[in-house]
Amino acid sequence: MKVHGAVYSTASQRVFACLYEKQLEFELVPIDMIGAGAHKKEPFISLNPFGQVPAFEDGDLTLFESRAINLYIAHAYADKGTQLVYDGKKMATVSVWMEVEAHQFGPVALKLVWELVLNPTLGMTTDAAVVQEAAAKLGQVLDIYEARLGQSKYLGGDDFTLVDLHHLPFIQSLMGSQVKKLFDSRPRVSAWCTQILARPAWLKVVAMQVNN
Amino acid sequence: MATMKVHGAVYSTASQRVFACLYEKELKFEFVPIDMSTGAHKKEPFISLNPFGQLPAFEDGDLKLFESRAINLHVAHAYADKGNQLIYQDRKKMAIALTWMQVEAHQFDPVASNLGWELAFKPIFGMTTDTAVVEEKEAKLGQVLDVYEARLGQSKYLGGDNFTLADLNHLPSIQLLMGTQVKKLFDSRPHVSAWCADILARPAWLKVVAMQANN
Repeated sequence: MKVHGAVYSTASQRVFACLYEKQLEFELVPIDMIGAGAHKKEPFISLNPFGQVPAFEDGDLTLFESRAINLYIAHAYADKGTQLVYDGKKMATVSVWMEVEAHQFGPVALKLVWELVLNPTLGMTTDAAVVQEAAAKLGQVLDIYEARLGQSKYLGGDDFTLVDLHHLPFIQSLMGSQVKKLFDSRPRVSAWCTQILARPAWLKVVAMQVNN
Repeated sequence: MATMKVHGAVYSTASQRVFACLYEKELKFEFVPIDMSTGAHKKEPFISLNPFGQLPAFEDGDLKLFESRAINLHVAHAYADKGNQLIYQDRKKMAIALTWMQVEAHQFDPVASNLGWELAFKPIFGMTTDTAVVEEKEAKLGQVLDVYEARLGQSKYLGGDNFTLADLNHLPSIQLLMGTQVKKLFDSRPHVSAWCADILARPAWLKVVAMQANN
């Protein structure tokens, strides 16, 4: 199995996390986005015509879009490592909250990561108005998470699944910013974050950034 | 067995996505109209069905779901033996279909929704279309459709050789945009144009379109 990506790419991290949870061996093929724009050229563009990391190979199967890659891995290797999906009706609720991560949490989290984490790194200014609006929106989403985690141990059900895993890269990133307080100030959200960020598989993903 | 229910609105593209799936699967359902003009989607009883206050919500017996794409995945799997196949049972084929479902959700839908809002909905609400946004988003959609054009040269449908949710999930936005100046972006790309004509002509989709005429 190969992952064509970058250790600092949140979408790539989503796939690394899944592979580590499933205890699957894989080769990281680093794609140099910043220096070479390699993600917009061959050979990468044949793997993902949208020119975004990561892309994934398992034998002759080539996939892209981190959430699709993870769904494939979770089902194809159901017998290995951590269970990350359910069979039957329980999977429907997991699907719902996977969509929530993708459409309610993800876009606003990405905006904040850009403004608070990436722009400073790239020597660009943070837009305070954008941050304020996005932080308010994230707060509303986290209010719903707070209620949900009062009814359910994890977002998708009683077990850790891809739903929770898919949040890890953005949460890790935002915990290093002023937005940390939005997570810390909500008790159940805070406890859930602490738990999932401490998972051994996730710590391996974090270590990849240090080592590369 | 309790009837399936869709809490939504006939003009809501996300609700239409679910109607399309249920018609393809030939499943009976009760449509519970939610009047967004009264803010009903942000209050009880709807908000208990979807805490994010967005249409649609769905009930199948005691199972309550929201997010149209999740609803459709559930329906397609749970009722695999009914109506048209909308997923693959083969793991690798399904992985490819899932990839293109993510493409619809993350590459196509954001820009298509922006354009739908500017060109189709704003005029209805008496608001002014932002031509700068339209120009930017048309260029972006063009890039996405260039990728679709190449893909549809290799594959009969987006997710593989068969019509699946990867195609179906596009229908509401494509229908909407075909009624605007954006139509030219679809028409000018031969494979995309043929694919659109094919999927928009499906009997199940025509039933969804008829719902808007009748309500």
